[in-house]
Amino acid sequence: MGCSCQRSTSHGFNIVSRRGLIIGTAAVAGAGLLAACGSDDKDSGSTTPATDAAGADTTAAAGTDTTAAPSGDAVTVGINEAAGSVAYDGAKAGLDATGVPYTGNFVDHNSFQDNITSYLQQPDDVFTWFAGYRMRFFAEKGLAGDISSVWDNLPDFTEGFKTAATGNDGKQYLVPTSYYPWAVHYRKSLFEEKGYTVPTNKDELLALAAQMQADGLVPFAYANDGKWPVQGTFDILNMRLNGYQFHVDLLAGKEDWTGDKVKAVFALWTDLLPFHQENPNGRTWQEAATALESKEAGMYYLGTFVSSNSTDQEYLDDLDFFNFPELDPAIGADALDAPIDGFMMAASPKNEDGAKAMLTAIGGLDFITAANAVNPSAVPANSKFDSSVFTPIQKKSAELVGAAKNIAQFLDRDTSPDFVSNVISDAFANFHADPSTIDSILDDIETQKSQYL
Amino acid sequence: MEAEITAPVETAAVPPVGRRRRRRYSQLSRGDKITLWLMAGIPTLVHVVFVWVPAFMTISLSFTKWDGLKLGSWQLIGFRNYWAIFTVFDGKFFPALFNNVLLLVFLSLCSIVGVLFAYLLDKNIRGSAIYQSIFYMPVVLSLAIVGFIWKSVMYSPRQGLFNVVLGRTEQGNQIDWVGNAEKIFEFHIPGLDTPLGLTKNFAAILIAMAWRHIGYVMVLYLAGLKSVDPAMREAAAIDGCNEWQAFRRVIFPVMKPINVVVFVITVIEALRAFDIIFALKSPPGTKVLGVLVRDNLVGEGGGQVGLGSAYGVVLLLLCLGFIIWYLFNNYREVET
Repeated sequence: MGCSCQRSTSHGFNIVSRRGLIIGTAAVAGAGLLAACGSDDKDSGSTTPATDAAGADTTAAAGTDTTAAPSGDAVTVGINEAAGSVAYDGAKAGLDATGVPYTGNFVDHNSFQDNITSYLQQPDDVFTWFAGYRMRFFAEKGLAGDISSVWDNLPDFTEGFKTAATGNDGKQYLVPTSYYPWAVHYRKSLFEEKGYTVPTNKDELLALAAQMQADGLVPFAYANDGKWPVQGTFDILNMRLNGYQFHVDLLAGKEDWTGDKVKAVFALWTDLLPFHQENPNGRTWQEAATALESKEAGMYYLGTFVSSNSTDQEYLDDLDFFNFPELDPAIGADALDAPIDGFMMAASPKNEDGAKAMLTAIGGLDFITAANAVNPSAVPANSKFDSSVFTPIQKKSAELVGAAKNIAQFLDRDTSPDFVSNVISDAFANFHADPSTIDSILDDIETQKSQYL
Repeated sequence: MEAEITAPVETAAVPPVGRRRRRRYSQLSRGDKITLWLMAGIPTLVHVVFVWVPAFMTISLSFTKWDGLKLGSWQLIGFRNYWAIFTVFDGKFFPALFNNVLLLVFLSLCSIVGVLFAYLLDKNIRGSAIYQSIFYMPVVLSLAIVGFIWKSVMYSPRQGLFNVVLGRTEQGNQIDWVGNAEKIFEFHIPGLDTPLGLTKNFAAILIAMAWRHIGYVMVLYLAGLKSVDPAMREAAAIDGCNEWQAFRRVIFPVMKPINVVVFVITVIEALRAFDIIFALKSPPGTKVLGVLVRDNLVGEGGGQVGLGSAYGVVLLLLCLGFIIWYLFNNYREVET
């Protein structure tokens, strides 16, 4: 539940929208709280499309463009961002640029995710979602519409994105918009000042971490509030030690959580914990990002949305990242988490032609160019996108992902979400509370797995 | 949740109609009868529709396997969800249940402290109104907000009040109040893998809850104390009672209705506890039954409606046991 919500937009936490108070971190100031409670509009969106108070404007940017909306009625579009965030502004700018008349239903991020089950009983024609198991799951349940015909008109996407948009039945269900990689973030100035170099293998990584510790730094900033951030660390250690295919099989329930391979991951993780900020369970990723910014910590392994925690341009220019180094030469370092966001179509949309026109437009350049101009946080998925407007981080992200052989989505996007939220996230939190209990924790995961997968 | 709604309705639905009055029913005019029917009928209907219908649906769903996605796609699986709770998920269920028990014990202690405060404030000490305001202030906040305030203002490892006062804000010697799931005490129950105990972070949450609960009980009790006839105290004093005896033998028995309310509130707060822990994103070691219900029902991927319902039913049974006991006692009192 709480998990990937915060992750999937790089601005997810700039928002901490009204609803975020209930689930999210929330700055506590009396007046702010009262104001926030008063205007809690969490539910207005999920059940009644079209007229959402948060969405405010029902934009019909009809214009004179004729590629749009063959059948008159506006397409309803469900967006998991509420007014007041950069992500919202970006999505809206993109949708406006499509020229397809639409009615926006803008719902706060966390409530959208939390209510997705009931939302899908009566969804908007087109709605935001993620690639991976999470998409295939709804497709298999018949809750998402087949948009293979839309893909016939989407020449701009590489084969990898098409695969990511394909359900178990071989049909396409998603139009990708953007993605962002997970990588080790650091401050260039700190590395220069101390003479550190980017590590490329396990020995160099351990040497660098030890050196940082000797210099009075915490090598890795670390947080697990919300119980999803450390899933990224597990993913990367697992993929570096056991490879991408094992990641896939493990999360599909085909591999044993109590087996030697998983135990090896946790053994290494336990060894690496002293190089991380202690007690991550009580810390938000924003607090950890602040430790990186203030040069208390030398590195931070997180999605590139780490930059959205700060508005200090000097720091943002100084922020850089590198691919998590290889841990086993036989496995290499060519797999990583890079979750893809996109749009899906309802199983039986009220306006199917309009919905498909909208999805085709979303896959086009106008949408992503307009959206990216407002919110350049993730990397556009469209291969024809003009990369000269990339920010330096976007540019590096695109290179990193382009060089990777295998792209994973993220732990909770690659397996049953309720398995993650009910079993894995608690198990990982318990591991961090007391790493010595890992054997019994893994036993629990293995027994409880059968209830979900 | 059931308990929360049931208790007030229950008291409201039993109007003080004694036997004598019932015999005179025939003297009621037609209009009176209609009024009575409406006044009793509407709350009953609302109660049945919004409490018991969902409760029975929950009970029915607890015997099924259902992902919550499509109506009618549920499969009957008998008691398998309950079996899963007590075997597969025993490591989640029993610690959560034990946390509820701890909560009950702790809040009972807080209630006693609240009663003590009320008794002291009733003595008309100087600045009584100020003390009252101070203690009552947290009560206007919802527990979720209490959680946020304590998490960021009091317990934050870097800038929280406690760590600042204790000088423990440096990386490396910070106290992680809300995240640390080490157990203060623990014990093993035969046949159960997971030891039960009180984790440090749950204790921290308990203290945050006490902040609010003490004020709540204090105000309730103070209102009751104000209505006690001063003549009774005087009589007690003349009879040579000391302070404790006067309270124990005279005031406390007279306060019986308020005592019952305080007791009921305490039990209900302990059983329905959810918001503060959920708002803090249920750190390890702090789960209570309400959180388990939510975890399985709400969220992405459809969830485990059957399993979540089964947790809900277990919670309902606990509440019911208490409610039945409470009603039984109350009716017995009316009889005499």
